Amino acid sequence: MGLLDIFRSRPQGPSAKMAKERLQILIAHERASGQHGAPHYLPAMQQEILEVIRKYVHVEDDAVKFEVEHNEQFELFELNITLPEKGEASRQSD
Amino acid sequence: MSKVLVVTSGKGGVGKTTTSAAISSGLAMAGKKTVVIDFDVGLRNLDLIMGVERRVVYDIVNVIQGEAGLNQALIRHKEVDNLYVLPASQTKDKEALTEEGVGEVLDKLREEGFEYIVCDSPAGIERGAQLAMYYADEAIVVSNPEISSVRDSDRMLGILASKSRRAKDGDTAIREHLLITRYAPARVGTGDMLSVEDMLEILAVPLLGVIPESGAVLQASNAGRPVILDENTDAGQAYADAVARLLGEDRPMRFIETEKKSLLGRLFSRS
Repeated sequence: MGLLDIFRSRPQGPSAKMAKERLQILIAHERASGQHGAPHYLPAMQQEILEVIRKYVHVEDDAVKFEVEHNEQFELFELNITLPEKGEASRQSD
Repeated sequence: MSKVLVVTSGKGGVGKTTTSAAISSGLAMAGKKTVVIDFDVGLRNLDLIMGVERRVVYDIVNVIQGEAGLNQALIRHKEVDNLYVLPASQTKDKEALTEEGVGEVLDKLREEGFEYIVCDSPAGIERGAQLAMYYADEAIVVSNPEISSVRDSDRMLGILASKSRRAKDGDTAIREHLLITRYAPARVGTGDMLSVEDMLEILAVPLLGVIPESGAVLQASNAGRPVILDENTDAGQAYADAVARLLGEDRPMRFIETEKKSLLGRLFSRS
């Protein structure tokens, strides 16, 4: 290492930081998409919940989203339903 | 009580076989009767790293298919007491490894009084890798501080948690350990390599050890002598620490910091 390098050296340079950020996003996604020991009943459950919602509101197939997050002590299960904009919604029962 | 320990990683070339050889030797040196099994059917290499390649007569597939007895296939290590090697087949089809067959071999090894059964997994997530981890009580996930290796390690942790016998039977989960290999503190210092902390944050598995990038590993494999036997080398000492931790001892991590140079040293060094 020469004189100039001292001024150039950086404690946490960009490439390792980039690797970490990319990994965090990727792994969170892969764990959520069920490749990381997510319960096997997830797809079936997703389908059934979708059917229940459709009794009341018309939603597209991708309106129901599941996320499973693994922590050391627990698993966090997140269910997101996107309802259609006002006016589009129509009660199909009754 | 015998323990089945799988050494796995998903990605190839990260040091599974080097680690299997070193850890099994270390356990045997600590007085534990240990066998290390090569699960890489068709591409065996553990025999070379252990230096027993010229003494292979029978292999695990011969034992499963009843062509040889277990004791005919086990190779006793000449330098390390209590240490045996069970090689993989070089010629047979991968399909020759079956869940029942492997289960029977492990049962026989338990009957023979082996305290540690170390399973050296092949790369990938195919049959050999799945069978190597299926019966495991503990897992050492080997990972380099490199983006694709960390991703594959995470994937492997998912498979351990969902497809092992313990997961299927609803037993207590496999005890997981992270072993970081080929670590270069200087490159971590310049920000060009993931740090131990980064990897622990991402993978969230207890750290068993950090093996520094070291010329000693190549020298050991050239010589067919597990690197842990070279007690004067950094990698050998780091593996010895990891074995001690595996056996419950509390040891501080070494080889994770760069040697501090003085300001003058930094000004005038040319490397």
